[in-house]
Amino acid sequence: MQSLHPKPTTPINSTKYHYLQELAFQLLPYSRVFLRGTSSKAMQPVIAVNEPVSTRTPRQIDQHIVEIVSDSGEGAQTCGQMFASLCARSGNGIWTVEIIPAEIEPPARSRAGASGYRIRLGSQPVTNAGDTADVVVAFNEQVLYSRIDTKALRPGTIVYLDQSWAEHQAEDIRIKYAEAIKDFDRLGYIVVEIPIERECKKHTDDARRGKNMWVLGLLCALYDLDMDMVRGDIAKRFAKKGEGVIRKNVLLLEDGYDWAVRHTAERFHIPATKSEKPMVVMNGNQAIGLGVMAAGMELCAMYPITPATSASHFLASAFDQVGGFVHQAEDEIAAIGFAIGASYAGKTAVTITSGPGLALKTEFIGLAVMAEVPLVIVVVQRGGPSTGLPTKIEQGDLLAALYASPGDSPKIIIAPATIEECFHFMITARKLAEEFRGPVMVLTDANLATGQQPFPRPKCSEAWLAAPVDQSDWEKEIPPFAWDEETGLSQRPIPGQRGGEHVVTGLAHDRASHVAYESAINQQSMEMRSRKLAVLQSTLKQPAVHGANEGDLLVVGWGSTLGAIEEAVDRVRADGHRVSSLHLRFLSPFEPGLKQIFSRFKNVMTVEINYSDEPGKPYINEESRRYSQLAMLLRARTLMDIDCWSRVPGSPLPPAMIENELRRRLQVMRNA
Amino acid sequence: MQGLKKDWEVEAPPRECSLEDYMGAEPRWCPGCGDHSVLGAVQRLARDKQLQPERTVVVSGIGCSSRFPHYMKTYGFHGLHGRAFPLACGVRSRRPDLDIFVVTGDGDCCAIGTAHWIHAIRYNMDLTVLLLDNNIYGLTKMQTSPTTRPGERSNTHPKGSVLPSLNPIQVTLGIENASFVAQTIDWHPPHLYATIKAAHEHRGLSFVRVYQRCPHYTSHIFAPAQSDPGKVVVMTHPDGIHADEVAMKLFPHRVNHDPSNLEEARKLAKDDEAFIIGLFYKSDECARYDQATSQGIGMTGMEKVAAMERALDRFAL
Repeated sequence: MQSLHPKPTTPINSTKYHYLQELAFQLLPYSRVFLRGTSSKAMQPVIAVNEPVSTRTPRQIDQHIVEIVSDSGEGAQTCGQMFASLCARSGNGIWTVEIIPAEIEPPARSRAGASGYRIRLGSQPVTNAGDTADVVVAFNEQVLYSRIDTKALRPGTIVYLDQSWAEHQAEDIRIKYAEAIKDFDRLGYIVVEIPIERECKKHTDDARRGKNMWVLGLLCALYDLDMDMVRGDIAKRFAKKGEGVIRKNVLLLEDGYDWAVRHTAERFHIPATKSEKPMVVMNGNQAIGLGVMAAGMELCAMYPITPATSASHFLASAFDQVGGFVHQAEDEIAAIGFAIGASYAGKTAVTITSGPGLALKTEFIGLAVMAEVPLVIVVVQRGGPSTGLPTKIEQGDLLAALYASPGDSPKIIIAPATIEECFHFMITARKLAEEFRGPVMVLTDANLATGQQPFPRPKCSEAWLAAPVDQSDWEKEIPPFAWDEETGLSQRPIPGQRGGEHVVTGLAHDRASHVAYESAINQQSMEMRSRKLAVLQSTLKQPAVHGANEGDLLVVGWGSTLGAIEEAVDRVRADGHRVSSLHLRFLSPFEPGLKQIFSRFKNVMTVEINYSDEPGKPYINEESRRYSQLAMLLRARTLMDIDCWSRVPGSPLPPAMIENELRRRLQVMRNA
Repeated sequence: MQGLKKDWEVEAPPRECSLEDYMGAEPRWCPGCGDHSVLGAVQRLARDKQLQPERTVVVSGIGCSSRFPHYMKTYGFHGLHGRAFPLACGVRSRRPDLDIFVVTGDGDCCAIGTAHWIHAIRYNMDLTVLLLDNNIYGLTKMQTSPTTRPGERSNTHPKGSVLPSLNPIQVTLGIENASFVAQTIDWHPPHLYATIKAAHEHRGLSFVRVYQRCPHYTSHIFAPAQSDPGKVVVMTHPDGIHADEVAMKLFPHRVNHDPSNLEEARKLAKDDEAFIIGLFYKSDECARYDQATSQGIGMTGMEKVAAMERALDRFAL
């Protein structure tokens, strides 16, 4: 077998890596159509009436935000997922958010136990979770409070609430329900009491297990969806449980549908824009799993950690189809060690984790840098520090990813901003790891991990796969670290290659991988490892600005905030303001030309979901203020006065929240 | 070679390797260090078995003994303190064609790497593991290790170690799925060689603890047994370790032990100061995790792309 990698007998020219540009960027500027915020306008009230209203045609709208919320175990998530899938297959754009309690089965009717699903659906592609909900279906009034606490509702939100609690045998429950109804009225919600449990009891003794299908039927009626499609979904989902279960669920579904057609005053229709191309829909963790497969990686070594684990769950269910294996290690350290071992032996492997796992892996990350072993590390960020907010959203691990390893350990860090990018960046990551011979970190977050979004079906290619392990003879004269003096790049011999025998080590070493403590060698090897990042940067394009190329304010973001930032910017631009945004995919090294872009704007600020001190708070002044993480890096990189605005709500930043801040800043700028 | 698929189909003409073909850098261990004799035994085994240097990988952690890979002229991975096992298991996971040795010390294996040691035994992947146990941290200059005997003084316990020592053989025998557990001494080359040879021939994880002299810090622990063979007890059995019979006549004390008898093995292992050498336990019935991890090796690109399309179908709109 011939080696597929040319030996580095000639100096490596960085132009050779231009294909990386295409890989990384062919996907980025695909067209996005942004939804204007109809959801922020109050809706026409909906009144439950007794007369059948089926003759009324559904009102056409261009988008809506729907939430379904229940106690844990009542199936609101299943209902939401099925509803989202239906909308996507009907040709609607969607973005979804899982509402997850920290426990498996928290006490019933408790705020902290709320479990559910948010679906933003629209005529056009949807890029983020949006602002406040238009419609909420709540299985009890207590779980609705949890959504009110997170500001998910607004005056005018239609709330479909199960009224069975009004007749509950326990007096305290009846009182709580009555008080809640008064609260909700005062808050301006349009409460529609519906008999979910009573209706379900016609078909099942255990209403807890049936309500979600009844509500799915209700939603199908409200949004004018194809019932045949959903009947098929139910048959598929419950196939293993037998005909009886399928029939019962279909009955519940149809009953919910009929009830809604007869009793709701208004139904909606969101016209679909069928894509020309074949589409797929999945969440970010599934996209990462599929990306691992499409990249030709054959081993994922992991340890369970929320919210990263579902990527490994998916891989465990599908990896064997492409000859891959998921290793569940005894701990986070062993997981990355196992992956490095497999990578060293020729099969670039992936380890998937979240913040606390990243903390444990840092020593091994340093080893991969030092021994120049290709490796892909996915960090699905959650809230920190420490155990923090395991199921919630934060972008707090950028600096940990970049710096949490002893000594100088330069590494590549990329951050997908969409579900589609979660897939494609895995292919890029493996190639980068191998070409640049070291660890590549892929930072996503809980928002991408659990959010579902349709995107064009990837056309997998053999060119995306890892080359077979090179087992041809190695030219003995070429040392295992034949650093190209200009680029720092080198090719590595893999066990099995005769003539390439050597010992990799985490100790300082020379080109022959011999332990070397000499100062000149240490200086050079540090330089070579660092140079690789500069070489990679030289192959990247200047990122594209969203909006005009110059103006008063530039918003810089990274990761899952892309859709929300751009939607906010578009809203403000629509009012004539000179605001643009820039979204970074490469965080180490940065894409080139940032300073040049920044200099065309009067003000530059980052928007991030991590902590920063707010000016004006006690003790916070120019000397003491701690900036958000990307802002800190950009300030150091550009020596420009880059400001930041960041929040740590544990949830996605709604576009309206960003929009308000942009308007406030513009006002301050005008006044100054 | 077993388990080879397309990735490894390379026609390399076999060649005759001499001892020199396995000798890497000049060892920098202290004169009189037991590690020298273990290195010599492994190099002789490699020559006698004609292991191809390019298909032999020695993985280690950090410590005196973990410098071992540098002194072999094979592939090697000098890893992190305590982490030789995950690295070696990872190497093995997709490479059934390689001969893999793991060299670790009592600090590396029994202190900082304990979790990995226990789970590696359970995984039972095909690895030859040598625990070079000198009862002390040598490289960092004489600190108490888990196998340091009670009362022994060190820089961290100048008044003497206060705890009973951890017995690596007992621990290993207590782990479900242990498949090969043996013990030997570095100062008797025939038994050392025969033990490592039996370990290498075993399919699964073979765990060999070597009582290893540290001339600087623990020579007094091993010197009595080295000068008086009567302090050593040899386990004998037709299914046990077969060292050169003439050389083994040196040891007057023997105990007949059937290595399939786990209960008896645990009883024998109890006395850690008795220098019992030989095979405690061996089973060919244990599950081997590498048979699971290596599944699917050798699928073609075309097959993978076709499988990807099927995987994507699950998400098609």
